[in-house]
Formats: sequence, C-alpha cells, structure tokens
Amino acid sequence: MQIDSSASRHLDHLEAEAIHIMREVVATCSKPVMLYSIGKDSSVLLHLALKAFYPAKLPFPLLHVDTTWKFQEMTAFRDRIAKELDLDLLVHINQDGVKEGVGPFSHGSSHHTHVMKTLALRQALDHHRFDAAFGGARRDEEASRAKERIFSFRSANHVWDPKNQRPEMWKIYNTRVQASESVRVFPLSNWTELDIWQYIAREKIEIVPLYLAKERPVVERDGTIIMKDDDRMELLPGETLQMRMVRFRTLGCYPLTGGVESTASTLEGIVQEMFLSRTSEREGRMIDRDEHASMERKKREGYF
Amino acid sequence: MSEAVAERALKPPAQDDVTMLRFLTCGSVDDGKSTLIGRLLFDSKQIFEDQLVKLESDSKHKGNAAGDTDFALLVDGLEAEREQGITIDVAYRFFSTPKRRFVVADCPGHEQYTRNMATGASTADLAVVLIDARKGVLQQTRRHAHIVSLLGIRQVVLAVNKIDLVGHDKSVFDTICADFAAFSKDLGFEDVVAIPISARFGDNVVDRSNKMPWYDGPSLLGHLDQVLPKRSRQDGPLRFPIQYVNRPNLDFRGFCGTIAQGSVTIGDTITVARSGQSTKVVRIINGFEDVERATFDNSVTLVLEDEVELARGNMLVSPDDRPHVADQVAAHLVWFDQKPLIPGREYILRTECTQVVATVTTLKHRLDVNSLAKISVNSLEQNEIGVVNLSLQEEIPFDGYSDCPETGCFVIIDRMTNATAAAGMISFPLRRASNIHRQAMLVDKKARSEIKRQKSVVLWFTGLSGSGKSTIANLLEQRLTAEGRHTYSLDGDNVRHGLNRDLGFLEGDRVENVRRVAEVGKLMVDAGIITLVSLISPYKADRDMARSLVEADEFIEVFVDTPFEECAARDPKGLYAKAIKGEIKNFTGYDAPYEAPENPELHLKTLGETAAELADTVENYLRNKGYL
Ligand SMILES: Nc1nc2c(ncn2[C@@H]2O[C@H](COP(=O)(O)OP(=O)(O)O)[C@@H](O)[C@H]2O)c(=O)[nH]1
Repeated sequence: MQIDSSASRHLDHLEAEAIHIMREVVATCSKPVMLYSIGKDSSVLLHLALKAFYPAKLPFPLLHVDTTWKFQEMTAFRDRIAKELDLDLLVHINQDGVKEGVGPFSHGSSHHTHVMKTLALRQALDHHRFDAAFGGARRDEEASRAKERIFSFRSANHVWDPKNQRPEMWKIYNTRVQASESVRVFPLSNWTELDIWQYIAREKIEIVPLYLAKERPVVERDGTIIMKDDDRMELLPGETLQMRMVRFRTLGCYPLTGGVESTASTLEGIVQEMFLSRTSEREGRMIDRDEHASMERKKREGYF
Repeated sequence: MSEAVAERALKPPAQDDVTMLRFLTCGSVDDGKSTLIGRLLFDSKQIFEDQLVKLESDSKHKGNAAGDTDFALLVDGLEAEREQGITIDVAYRFFSTPKRRFVVADCPGHEQYTRNMATGASTADLAVVLIDARKGVLQQTRRHAHIVSLLGIRQVVLAVNKIDLVGHDKSVFDTICADFAAFSKDLGFEDVVAIPISARFGDNVVDRSNKMPWYDGPSLLGHLDQVLPKRSRQDGPLRFPIQYVNRPNLDFRGFCGTIAQGSVTIGDTITVARSGQSTKVVRIINGFEDVERATFDNSVTLVLEDEVELARGNMLVSPDDRPHVADQVAAHLVWFDQKPLIPGREYILRTECTQVVATVTTLKHRLDVNSLAKISVNSLEQNEIGVVNLSLQEEIPFDGYSDCPETGCFVIIDRMTNATAAAGMISFPLRRASNIHRQAMLVDKKARSEIKRQKSVVLWFTGLSGSGKSTIANLLEQRLTAEGRHTYSLDGDNVRHGLNRDLGFLEGDRVENVRRVAEVGKLMVDAGIITLVSLISPYKADRDMARSLVEADEFIEVFVDTPFEECAARDPKGLYAKAIKGEIKNFTGYDAPYEAPENPELHLKTLGETAAELADTVENYLRNKGYL
C-alpha cells in the first residue's frame, strides 16, 4: 500500500513517542506487563515493544484476559504469534465466573464484561503484583479517553479518579507509585484509528483476519450483525443464519462485537473505507451503548 | 459542511514540510473554546454519524435551543463536567486536513486549573488565545498568555470570538488587538496573528467569511494549515539524554533515548556530558534497522566505540557545544500542588531521564501573572508562578529552557504523595556549587569514632508531645555515659532556645527546625558521637530527609508510640489543655497531623512499659547491632 511521505513522517513521530514511553516504564517500574487483547491496537503495541528493546527480547510478559467468548480465530492467532515470536504469554481466566457459568447470553453484556473482563483483569494484576500495565487505548476512541493521561494511576482498588490525574508535562513522566498502587500506560494515546491502519500497512504487521471482509455466517439481532462463532449461540425464533461479506472494526467477545458489511478484504480497502466512513469504531462495541457515559463509569471501576 | 471541506476531508494528507502541528486553545470560561474545537472537528469531518446522533440527543437533553447543535458537547468528555457545563481538564483532540495532522489540547479557563494549561502548553507549537469580543482582554487572558510565553511558545493566534454578537464590528476587533499587543509586548511572542471569528456560526473558522469585508487575513484553519515553526530542532548541538541501557548479552551494549536536539551520524565523535569523555558512534539502530543517521525526535539506540561510563540520567552531546553540569540552578516554577511549596523541604526533581533530590534554597519572588510584577513571598501556593534557586543532591546535565526545552525542563514531585507538585524551567546554572570544593580531611569519622570505642549514630526519637521521647533518651544517655561512651542530646525544646530561636511553629518553620537539627546531627555523627535527637518531627518527609543526610547504618528511627488520649491525659507541660481550648494552634495530634513512621528501626509501644524497660530495648539494639 502507498503511504505518502508526510503520513509516514507523522507515523515516525508516533512510533518514536510510543517507544520512548515503553522504555521509560521499563527503566523505572519494577514489574511491568503488556495487556494483549489480540486486536489491531495490541498488535501495533507489541510490534512497537519489540522495536523498543531490539535486539534484546521483550523485558516483560504479555497478559491476555480470556473471557472464554473470544472469536476462535483470535485465540488461535494469539497462540501462534506467542510461539513464533517466543513471547512470555500469560493467559488469565476468571475461574469464579466460569464456575458460575457467566456468559453474555445468559447474564447480559454488562455483567459478563464486568465479571470476565474487569474483575478478571484485577485478579491477574493483583496476583502477579504488576506495578505497570501497558494498554492499547487511544484518545480518539471515545470522549472520556481524550482526557486520560498517558500514565493513568490506579488506587489499590484499581480505581481511576478523573479529577486527580497527574499533569503530564513535556516528555517527563512521573512514574512513581506507592506500594499498592499501579499505573496503566497507554503508549498509543495520540494515535488515531487511521494511524493504526496505516502503520499496520507500512510495517506489514500481522493481524487477525477477522478485520478483513469475508463471507461469514451471521445473524442480525437488534440491528447488529453478530457472527455465530460456535454452538453456544442459539438462534432466536425468526432469526436465520446468513452468509454475508462482513468485517470487524474492533474485536472482543464475539456475541458483543458487531460486524459491518464491507467489501474491504485488504488493508488498502480498509483505509479507503475509513476515509469514507461515517461511523466511529466503538459503534460495533455493544457495551458502550448500554448506558449514558458508560465507558467512564467502567473505567473508574477498573475496566481498562 | 462546505464542498471544499468535504473534498479535502476525503483525501489523505499530502506531502508537506510540517506534517503535524500541536496547538492549545485557551480562554476564559464560555469564551467558546469547546464550540470552536467542536466546529473544527465537525468541519474537518472527524465526527461520525453515530456521534452526531448522540450529540443531537445530548443537545436536546440539555435543553438547548431547538435545531441548534451544541458543538461544545462533542468535546466535553467527563460526566461531571458535562453536568456542570464546563471543561475542567485538558483534553486532546485530533483532526486533519490534506496538509497536516492537528493535535489540539483543549485547556480550561478556570483560575484553579493553571496546571492543565501549562500541561497543554508544554507540548504545543502554537497557542490559540480566545477572546470574547464583548468582553475583550481579561485577567484570564493575561494569565494564559503569560503561561504560554513562560512555556516557550512563540506563535500565537488571537481568535476574537463571538464577533457576530458585536455586529461584526471592525473597531471592536481593532481595540482588542491593540489591547493585547500592549499587554503582551514583553512576552517574547514572535508571531501574533489576530482573526475575528464566530465559532458558533463558523465564520472565518474553516472558510473565509463574507460578513467581514474589512478583514483580509486567512481563516483560522487556513492559518494553522500553513504556519511554520520559527526554528528547526534538527539544527543545533546534539542532545541525546540516555533513557535506558540495553544490554541483552555481553556483546551488546546499546544506549537508548530520544534525540532532544540536533542529529547524529555514524562515525561522529560525541561526548559524555558528565565526564567529558569522548568516543565515536559505531551503530545507530532505529527499530529493527541499522541506519546511517538519526535526528531530532527519533527514538534510537546508539552503540559506541569505547566502554565509556554512561547510564540513565547522563547525556551524549556535541563535543564542541556541551550542556551545563551543575547542582545549583535558577528556575521558574509553576506550582501545581494543593500543598504549598516550602523552601528547605526536600522534593524529587525529575527531568526527562533522571531524578535527584532537590530543595528550594531561595524563593526569589512570585510573578504576578496579571501585571508581571515581582512580589516577595515565603511560599508558593497552587497555581502561582515563582522564580527560585534550587540545590540538587547530585549534579545533572541540562540546558537553559530557552536554548533547548527538552533538556531544560523538569517537574517537582512530592516525596510523600508522589504527586507532580510543579513544573519547572531552568534559566541558568548557579556557579556557587562548583566553587566550593569539599576539603578531604585526614582524620575521618571512622577514626573519631574508634577512639571513643563506638560507632557514631543518630538515634531519632519521634512521637507526640508528652509521649516520653526525652525521658527515654535521658535515661539512655545516663547509662551510656556511665559506661564511658561519648554522647550528645539534641532536644526540641533546647535547640529552640538557641540555634533555632528565630523559628516559630508554622509549617515552614517546623521544616527548617528539623532541617537544622538534622544537619547538626550529621556533624555530630561525623565527630564520632552517639547523638540522641528528641523531636516530635511529625512529617515523614522531614524524617526521611534527616535520614538521607547520613549513611544508612547511621540513622536509627525510634518511634515512641503513645496514644493521643494517653499523652493528653499525662500532659506534662499543660499543652494539650491549651490546644483543646484553642489557645495553641497547629498542635500536633490535635489540629495538625502526625505521620506515624511506617518502618522505624525501633517501635516502642509505651503503654504498660516503664521508661527504664524501654531504654533497655534501645540499649540492647545498639549492642546487638555493633554500635557499642
Ligand atoms: N453567538 C455566539 N455564541 C458563541 C460563539 N462561540 C461560542 N458561543 C456560545 O458561548 C457559550 C460557551 O461556549 P463554550 O464553547 O462552551 O465555551 P468554553 O467554556 O470556552 O468551552 C455557548 O453557549 C456557545 O454556544 C460565537 O462565536 N457566537
């Protein structure tokens, strides 16, 4: 794909900034971890981290919080990448949730996400005593993210206090935390969705094929296109399974991730669609629509 | 949206010299910042359909005039501020034109949020100062312009907003421009462009408006799209702060960092800032690739020819134009923390790649941001700007902020809370430090201690008034003297009669009181003496400071732990009674805090023990640890 030199220099700057942030964390925090969601942002994050410490190996492990409802292609991709790149990958599942049989169909998206994602993440962070966790969130994703710092501090209970953030001046990051506190670090804060795609194209970063349009077995439910990824999803009366050309702009639990109809089966196609696109990427994420300002509330509770 | 905008928005950005411009918007509450940013996002097509639907429903929800979309709602993210209808924090927004990407720092207009403004300004190339045409230049405008100037921004756009509400009147615009020019003439702005706009109706924001034929300049976006920075950061002497040393195995030692100024090419001779040692660059690694050359803003890894002494906090620089290396500096501080600056107290000074313990030795004056007058003060409060001298525990390499912002900036961190308490800009080094060379003495601490058959140490007794500090210390001192040890007592009350006669009980004085006693303790330890300090010393930071003055095994913190009720009941000096009656203010444990030690070497719980038993405990400790 052609990326003109202006866009490319812009990407150079974003890349340098992210690498700087990662090195700063490794130089000053005692036990960092990278949260790896298998999505495109995580793939970029991982690529940047490999660059930041090349020729050394990654000086921290990756953590994947597995809700047990991810697309099968995601899990397969995760395991293959970890093997190929010789990564130290930790996978955490909230076993309490599994025991109670928590899932998006039976318990609703909110409860499922809270138990299998938010609580699970807290369990894993507490268990390993990580003091810094990298995440792939970007400020352009959603209004409340725009006001979050690159280094976002969490109390011992993983609570985010939006009114008490540390100012971030220049490239100076105050990484000091008290014993029980931790920090979430977002090296991609200043990237936009378009930057992510252009960078993936330029760097030839491998991504889960679900991002590219393909004929997939889907059901339309409440106006959202859901892919039937396994037998746990039952068709409701009146629903039919259709094969449609769809792709996904974000990836999460398959029952909660709406696809978009698209013919973009290549990266060029995706970028082209982005220029024409009139909907934001979170639209496909069902958890956002649940309630007004829901994201901010989730974040205060410790959702990433 | 106009045709032209739609057209532009559909194409990816094209080639240009400056590919990204970061700017901040500042103005007073309700000047229209959020509306302006919302409009820029909207008109450059950064707002998606689903967000627009939400926006319209939000606008109605807020009871806004029907059919009038409130663009400000697009950019106010946090629930609390949405409810209050004001922006309270800095937010970053992104949009682009075919020529450039823009990052906007949306900064608040409130007085108490100066810190967020300074934060936004620290990474901005340009500032858009908003003025409400009906109100003209306000105090807030002056404050913001001053902060912008202090943070080194030289390019300003004066956006005179709500021009529709003054009938698009040229004379109003001209008056505001003249007022701003008069006020800002000493602020060092190199380029001020004034534009009359209406954020709400879009006049002169993206496209030139035909409602003001008297104005022949560019639209706001037209200007932002072509404005060029005044100087290139690729020129100038090399500054490469070492961030991280990458050493995966014995054969590879790479120095990682982001180039703060200048550029570097393989084969270049470069110099280590702290030692002055020179060497050559043999490899430059950018990502997975070896490159010939790297320049400003690249995050790279350098491999050097020689094994030089080099670690995080040091810098690689041009041999013929090196930074200052000093431990005394003059600087500007913008104070952020709720707790005021206390001269003499120890803070952490954090630069991009290192941190050192620092104290403000002189608070020269506060700058009044409205008049630029210099006002003499004893401390700096939140949102105040001061000029100070700082003393650092260790030398650091740096430049003056106006020469190279990346290597001339720092933040101040509170040691207790880890809060970022201030932002600082170094003006210049103070020579004093390099002129006082420490005398290397032949008779040293060890020699002095040995002839006394002991190892010198500070025993720091801390606890509430009446907890029993002096009683235990006196008993212990009697015993030690009886067996021929050489001791000295520094008691809070005693030193206040002499050495510290000039100090009162306000927080700043208390800090100084502890500092002097700690310094005397240090001299006593150097003299080989077992020194017993009995001081309430309520603040952890101050005790940590005292500890940091001597070696690790020369400080024993003894926490004399007596509950408040018990101390108040004993009340040997009648002080608690007075405090409770309100005759003494700031009485520790009553209306001033006591921060109990977290990990004292000795924790004496006095309830149910006699003073003699407690003195035994301390004596045994000294014996077991080899002090006696
Ligand atoms: N008539 C008029 N009203 C404006 C203009 N710009 C903003 N406003 C209104 O001024 C009020 C405050 O605007 P807002 O953007 O929230 O101000 P902020 O506090 O600076 O972010 C809102 O009611 C806007 O609709 C303008 O150019 N003309």
